[in-house]
Amino acid sequence: MIQILKMAFRDLGRNRRRSFFSALAVGAGLALLILMASVIEGEMGSAIESAIKLQSGHIQIRAVTYNENKSSLKWVDLIENPEQIAGQIGALNQVKAVTPRLYASGFLSSGTQSAGARITGIDPLSPASDPYREGVVSGNFISPDDREAVLIGKPMADKLNLKVGDNVSLSLNTSDGNVQDQTFTVKGIYSTNTYGFDSATVFLPLVKAQAITQTENHASTIFILLKDTALTDSVLPALHVSSNLEIKTWKDLNALFVDYEAMAQSYISIFYLIILAISASVIINTLIMSVYERTREIGILSAIGMRGNRIMMLFLAESSMLAVGGVIMGLIIGVLATLYFNVNGFYIGNMGLSGILITDTIYAKLTTDNLINLTIMTFVVTLLSGFYPAVMASRMQPVAALRAEK
Amino acid sequence: MEVVKIENVTRVYQIGKLETRALQGVDLSIESGEFTSLVGPSGSGKTTLLQMIGCLDQPTSGHVIVNGKDVTKLNRNQRADMRRENIGFIFQFFALIPTLSAYENIEMPLLLNRQGTAERKERVMELLKAVDLTDRANNRPDQLSGGQQQRVAIARALAPRPALILADEPTANLDTENGRQVMDIMQKLNKDTGVTFVFATHDPRVINYARRVVTLQDGLIEKESKPVKK
Repeated sequence: MIQILKMAFRDLGRNRRRSFFSALAVGAGLALLILMASVIEGEMGSAIESAIKLQSGHIQIRAVTYNENKSSLKWVDLIENPEQIAGQIGALNQVKAVTPRLYASGFLSSGTQSAGARITGIDPLSPASDPYREGVVSGNFISPDDREAVLIGKPMADKLNLKVGDNVSLSLNTSDGNVQDQTFTVKGIYSTNTYGFDSATVFLPLVKAQAITQTENHASTIFILLKDTALTDSVLPALHVSSNLEIKTWKDLNALFVDYEAMAQSYISIFYLIILAISASVIINTLIMSVYERTREIGILSAIGMRGNRIMMLFLAESSMLAVGGVIMGLIIGVLATLYFNVNGFYIGNMGLSGILITDTIYAKLTTDNLINLTIMTFVVTLLSGFYPAVMASRMQPVAALRAEK
Repeated sequence: MEVVKIENVTRVYQIGKLETRALQGVDLSIESGEFTSLVGPSGSGKTTLLQMIGCLDQPTSGHVIVNGKDVTKLNRNQRADMRRENIGFIFQFFALIPTLSAYENIEMPLLLNRQGTAERKERVMELLKAVDLTDRANNRPDQLSGGQQQRVAIARALAPRPALILADEPTANLDTENGRQVMDIMQKLNKDTGVTFVFATHDPRVINYARRVVTLQDGLIEKESKPVKK
């Protein structure tokens, strides 16, 4: 066996450049797989985290009759005295922040320009509002007692040509189905680097939002952020709400995204297969060439009594060595590339996927699971590709092999 | 003792629609310790006959008995075992494994026979000495001359102590001096160890070494002779 390994190693050394490039093909394939998996992991992970942080929270409590798409403001569709429920939930250990929010649909206009907006009444002091406060790029964040101030996203400010201190007219629905107009001052402009969110969401202090929509002491939802996403299922049993309310988790609230992720995974598997097939065909080609070039040697080995299965092992040993070399190269290149994109990210701009929040920069994220699975997969595929040439070599007739031209 | 017995062996090659009868019913018996030459013009069937004896090819009809075993009844792996244990080969081209040193080439059949390390080493050194290549043990084939390579091939053929060594045109690619050296070594080994040599050749210098000459013509044995020894 040692002799077979030694021969296999030296055989690969005979045509160093070819062996190197074959291993590199395997390595490049693996590196690509690692990078792809990491980018997708980063994208999916950050997309779901940003959706939770910005839009859905981990858990929301709403009226059973509430229809999110209509941003209904009828009292029956809202939660009365939300502060009371919020106070109880806030006492739970796993909860980081709990805050009532009010959503209304409307539009902003400035001069001749106007844009549809999702008016969101928030408690500016709640830790759940931190992502918006931290996103302020000019001006200031709103405060609870502001009565004529709005916070708008950068894409909307660009579209309406607004800057801090400018006046803007806001029209929005009220609980009785009328439309209310009022002029506000742009107090701040924010960016969360998530185009889909920033281009539509306009913030008002909750109290002001309630006043202008005539919803008084009502909220659309109670927005709950936990200390960790993984805690979601453990918190649910502790939540008790009256029968006119319902509890929704981030999975329900981001159902579209969860579906999209599942679909993306199946597309990705196809890409994996294509990459692996390319690597495999390079290995098969290299080894078949090697079998043909060494036909006479195979004849000699057979003449001195080497059995077919040992000849097969010789070629399998060569493909294993190419696999090991390739995997090592792939790991180095793949991990380095992933590290680069982990630190620097890569900018994709506005992907324009409606209903899904994706930040404009993806940071690759490598998981141990991905690393191990992809490495094993590449290794196995490379070994399997060596099988056909090896069988071919082992089946050669000694007489025919010996007759081959040198 | 009879090492090889050939009984009415034919070999027909089918190439497309063309049928070539390389052997047309050959009977031959080779005794242990013989130094026999198969001669005849190209296409006379001497290489085919050598391949039959060497279990490299199977006859179309007839029987080939090597060391008392009918090799026509063996399967692929059993024929490989037969070659490994009983038969050594020397080819016209110096059929060495290019990635292995002289030492490792000679060691190869011993490894295939699963012999112990110490035993292998002793045998390889002994053979290197017999073919006068002790100082070339670590050289690879491309660092050796044609004559040296053929001597390594002889040592490799002898390594597992086979009953029979088959040589196909062993001097065809060698100059006169190297050819003579190779034949001298083979003759000496035949005398010293009693191993049976059968070689196919049409080189008159080689024929002169033989103690028995079997002449083939058109796939049949035409005549047998015993040349006057030098």
